[in-house]
Amino acid sequence: MSKKILVIGSGPIVIGQAAEFDYSGTQGCLALREEGHHVVLVNPNPATIMTDHTIADEVYSEPLTLESVTAIINKERPDGLLAGLGGQTALNLAVELERAGVLKQYEVELLGTTVDSIQKGEDRQLFRELMDELGEPVPESEVITTVDSAVSFAKKVGFPVISRPAYTLGGRGGGIAHNESDLKELTENGLKASPIQQVIMEKSIAGFKEIEYEIMRDQNGTCISVCNMENVDPVGVHTGDSIVVAPSQTLTDSEYQMLRSASFKIVSALEVIGGCNVQLALDPDSQQYYVIEVNPRVSRSSALASKATGYPIAKMATKIALGYSLDELLNPLTGHTYASFEPALDYVVVKFPRWPFDKFPEADRTLGTKMKATGEVMAIDRMLEAAFQKAIQCLDTKQPVINDIEEHLLKPTDLRFFAIMEAFRRGYTLEWLHEQTKVDEFFLQAIKQIIDIEQSLQTECLNEELLKRAKWFGFSDLQIAKLSGKPESEVKEWRDEYDVKPNFKVVDTCAAEFEAETNYVYRTYTGINEVAPLKENKKALIIGSGPIRIGQGVEFDYSAVKAIESLKALGWTTIMLNNNPETVSTDYETADRLYFEPITKEVIEDIVTHESVDLVFTAFGGQTAINMAEKLEQAGLPIAGVSSDVLDALEDRDRFYGSLDALHIPHVAGQTCVSEQEALKVADQYEYPLLCRPSYVIGGQGMVKVNNKAELLQALEGMEDHHYPVILDPFVVGKEIEVDLVGDGENVFIPGLMEHIEPAGVHSGDSMSVFPAQLPSDIEAKVKQYSSQIVQNFNYKGIMNIQFLWKGEDVYVLEVNPRASRTVPIVSKVSTSALVDLAVQVVTEGLDLKEIEQPVIEQVAVKYPLFSSHALPELDQTLGANMKSTGEGMCIGNTVGEALAKVFSHLPDLNEEPEAAFIDIESDTKGSTLPFKEWVQTKEASVYVNDQKTPEAKEKRVQALKYGMTVFSEKTTFQAYVDSIAYKKASPVVLPKPNLQGVESV
Amino acid sequence: MKGYLCLQDGKTFQGDASQNWEQPVQGEIVFFTGMTGYQEVLTDPSYKDQIVVFTYPLIGNYGINEVDGESQEIQVSGVVMFHCSESTSHYLATSSLKDYLNQHEVPFITGIDTREITKAIRAGGSHQAILSSQKENEILPSESGQMHKVEGQEIESYGTGDLHIVLIDFGWKKSILHALLGNNTKVTVIPFTKLNEFQAKNVHAVVLSNGPGDPTDAEPYLPQIKKLIDKHPTFGICMGHQVIALAYGAETEKLPFGHRGANHPVKDVETGKVFMSSQNHNYVVKSSSLEGTPLAMRFYNVNDGTVEGLTHKEHAILTAQFHPEAHPGPADAEWLFDDFFKMIQSKKEEGVYV
Repeated sequence: MSKKILVIGSGPIVIGQAAEFDYSGTQGCLALREEGHHVVLVNPNPATIMTDHTIADEVYSEPLTLESVTAIINKERPDGLLAGLGGQTALNLAVELERAGVLKQYEVELLGTTVDSIQKGEDRQLFRELMDELGEPVPESEVITTVDSAVSFAKKVGFPVISRPAYTLGGRGGGIAHNESDLKELTENGLKASPIQQVIMEKSIAGFKEIEYEIMRDQNGTCISVCNMENVDPVGVHTGDSIVVAPSQTLTDSEYQMLRSASFKIVSALEVIGGCNVQLALDPDSQQYYVIEVNPRVSRSSALASKATGYPIAKMATKIALGYSLDELLNPLTGHTYASFEPALDYVVVKFPRWPFDKFPEADRTLGTKMKATGEVMAIDRMLEAAFQKAIQCLDTKQPVINDIEEHLLKPTDLRFFAIMEAFRRGYTLEWLHEQTKVDEFFLQAIKQIIDIEQSLQTECLNEELLKRAKWFGFSDLQIAKLSGKPESEVKEWRDEYDVKPNFKVVDTCAAEFEAETNYVYRTYTGINEVAPLKENKKALIIGSGPIRIGQGVEFDYSAVKAIESLKALGWTTIMLNNNPETVSTDYETADRLYFEPITKEVIEDIVTHESVDLVFTAFGGQTAINMAEKLEQAGLPIAGVSSDVLDALEDRDRFYGSLDALHIPHVAGQTCVSEQEALKVADQYEYPLLCRPSYVIGGQGMVKVNNKAELLQALEGMEDHHYPVILDPFVVGKEIEVDLVGDGENVFIPGLMEHIEPAGVHSGDSMSVFPAQLPSDIEAKVKQYSSQIVQNFNYKGIMNIQFLWKGEDVYVLEVNPRASRTVPIVSKVSTSALVDLAVQVVTEGLDLKEIEQPVIEQVAVKYPLFSSHALPELDQTLGANMKSTGEGMCIGNTVGEALAKVFSHLPDLNEEPEAAFIDIESDTKGSTLPFKEWVQTKEASVYVNDQKTPEAKEKRVQALKYGMTVFSEKTTFQAYVDSIAYKKASPVVLPKPNLQGVESV
Repeated sequence: MKGYLCLQDGKTFQGDASQNWEQPVQGEIVFFTGMTGYQEVLTDPSYKDQIVVFTYPLIGNYGINEVDGESQEIQVSGVVMFHCSESTSHYLATSSLKDYLNQHEVPFITGIDTREITKAIRAGGSHQAILSSQKENEILPSESGQMHKVEGQEIESYGTGDLHIVLIDFGWKKSILHALLGNNTKVTVIPFTKLNEFQAKNVHAVVLSNGPGDPTDAEPYLPQIKKLIDKHPTFGICMGHQVIALAYGAETEKLPFGHRGANHPVKDVETGKVFMSSQNHNYVVKSSSLEGTPLAMRFYNVNDGTVEGLTHKEHAILTAQFHPEAHPGPADAEWLFDDFFKMIQSKKEEGVYV
């Protein structure tokens, strides 16, 4: 019988809760629809494919609060609620709805694991009681609610101790304390971070092996372990920040089974119906183990386990929640065996975290119990060394330079793996490194093996045997070229000469025991090729965007998935290349074939050659993909859309400004500088402040506003060679307007404009913005006219983003991004215009955009950035040219005010509670009158406003962030909040449905 | 040195040969899909005369230790691995896998595409294969009677206690003995060919062990076995299960390429529950042959529906095709031993023992 089921998503992406819930949520929604149910989704994350109408029937981009979800339940009257797919946020909300009696009042059945079980798993005290009952060992610990009891506990068990606040995500507010003063601060923050003011203090078992199991359990009590994983980093580093391998590598069968049995015992006692993650610690020198924690829901690890094994945990968990048993469900990868079995891997998987420290050089890089990574990559190969190497290639970062090795070893940082590599290069012994890091010698041996080959490549003559060996162990052509001092092309020639070719192998969940119709492929230089090219004609390769990082988030995965849908609908065979295990694009059910590999020229060439690809799409994978375009074109590969010459004409500032001048389109005066000297000379021609931006970067990395020569010098010092040419623009105060458009060379389709709330100078990814923009008609007309001129001038075919600056009567062009931008999903969803679909049709079918009707947009959306300050509280979140937010949210209303009221609905009504805010700017709004130091200690304190650039202001902001407050560093954002207060109690608005114009996706 | 793995159907794979290759080694080629437990597999007598392919590519990571062996020696004839670790990293390890195999002069081959070999086995069914330094080899017909090679020479006794269990040996695994000991039990291990030398006094229960090869090799001994198990609560494991089936008139047949690994789903007809099991067998009991026998199917394989365990309609007899004693593999079915002990207990309470 068809039911209406409410699904709660995880909301905007923050550190600790990222795209993995887009993947699991999407799988869950699709599984529900497959069973004929009507899906009502609430998730204020516009960037994900999950909030697209191809995934859910009704979508609410509304706040994830008790009040807001209650209103949606009241309006929609769902039969069931599925909360196990939306991370900690959704789970906490389900518990709140249950406690508030909402589920009972509206007769909504909670599907899957019960609230009772959730609480037993999540509430530290209840969990410990259960472990005691089961006789499962947990590290000595105590649940504390005051700082004093934390101190006395630490004195009893000895330092270091670990603090874990209850009901928080990604270890928010937690950490390791080595002394009393650290402990006091940590406990204070932890109590504040926990919604139930509860912190568990734990004796440290740092140095133990950290092992995870992903368990599924159905209502019959059948339990299976989908995958186990071993952290390369021993206990002490959050699993989200650990390098992880699957399956475990250093456990004997007895150990593996002992921990698996313990996990089953716990999951069964919790009566989980669905997926559950169990984390354990194992003494490397005995059979002693401890249970660290359980997550009775799908998680980041379950997304990883799904991709590592091919077993779709979220999909199966959803079906189990609907009442199926595991032995009734087919294993989709084999197609003829059942879901009640445990995948057998015949390859090794490495997950490597992607940290934001390239964007935040001033952040504390030390890793501990609080997660700091924004995303992750996964690599598959038959050798561990090769998987490690591929994972590093997937990171899309420069090989870091390590000076002081010990700095990264003793206290682990994000660079520890690289420091270990460097240590081997400098001749440190394996035993010494093991002593320092406690990383298992097995893993160290693999790293040493990589360095040994590296050194052979540097010193020996590159013969056939060495070349084969290097490829076997995962060295890229580029690495081999650099190490042996030859051009990359020569390495390729050698490979051709010796017939050293990549092989493709499949992920099939069963180590080839059964025949499997799998389309999930990886590349290896070992063994024999087993993957025949796809038979169909018209093959398209879509390049993904790699790991989630600041400036390149899940919005690019949305575009990639939409592109696949469109291409499929147009009769193309689609091939996806990506390496992010958290996303929908790497769900093997998305494209016709999935290659899980690094995004490099070498890999793309291999795939294009192997599959005889007809078109390569680089416009739907963010900057990572578009950066490949030129190299691929040079290599003679068929690139879809505009040529690299057009891309260059748009991205090369001099050429671009020249074209604008010829078209009489105003732009800010500005110049490109190829060197530091030139930059200093150019700067003299203008008045400060200047905007200084490097080339080929993601999310405005390294982009700064400089107020004087000294600041400019400082900025230039931080630049690397490949960041040149650097562009210097005079900084103009004004308002920013953005356009996402599709061009067919002649016509342009613009669904609407977007305007920023903060003044220009704030990175578009960090600003709040309104769509459709509420602009004077002459300004809107100018923006549209300039956009159209640009499209025509460059004969541009495809999707494009243009940023404008509006000042007085004038509109200036700031920059052009010749690819799908961050805002494409927002514009597409709110205007019901399938931008990606149109772009694909223009490129592949020569669609004439004249035929496309202008959409009528009835609601107003406000997009807002999310800063993961819970993970990096030491960072001052002032807004500038360099993007800092990790994700974005969106709320919809009938007016801007209504939408804003929803955006700020978690904040207090300052008319009623002025003491909640401390306002350090000139404002008519009343705030607390206490001195700042006293105010931050108060229970009410929750909003801090200060837009000054002084060190004192920074210190105050950081302190407020450490206490978990909302900090406003821009007057305009704060004013938007204040103005929105008048609009409270806006009712939920459903996201408009597409009007099926153009080709609607499958 | 290059070495070759040559399958009966003509497929040949090239790899790196280990040091003990003076003579070609022939055996039935089988694959094991478990990702841990190589030491248990190598020492399990049920693998007698077989060449084992490990499908997980990295083998030997945690070395060889003093506790995980299932018998005193390596039982397999040869080992096929994608990669074998040179070193070890485990506190219990006393030797590396390479050294262990070399010391015992068991040939192995590495650097070979184990996935392709697995597919070849899957496609062609059970094969004879040869590990050889030559590409061309003559493959001899397969031998039978493996269970004769692995059964013990003497009747042996383990443990002390009031409960006396007879373990009929077709090539028993240490873990079966361990699962039986400790409950105030004394276990007497009797080679299946020496049952006539044994005076069944004060026996409370019988266990039939695992073992290699074809269960019909035990045919001459079935009447003796039946006589014993008719009277006592009995538990048959793997080969033991097949022998019990034969003893009560059912038949066995050979699977295309057997079940070997740690992830085989088994459904319990009685409870409706599914659990993962450790398996290692080529032969199964034909489900159609159960008709007319006093046996009923208790467990079946979720993937291919084959018989995984039986009960006797009148006697206290329980059998499992899989390995409830685990090692390697999951211990999800270890409760079967508890059920067995309960069975013995209730029988004892009835007072019907000899």
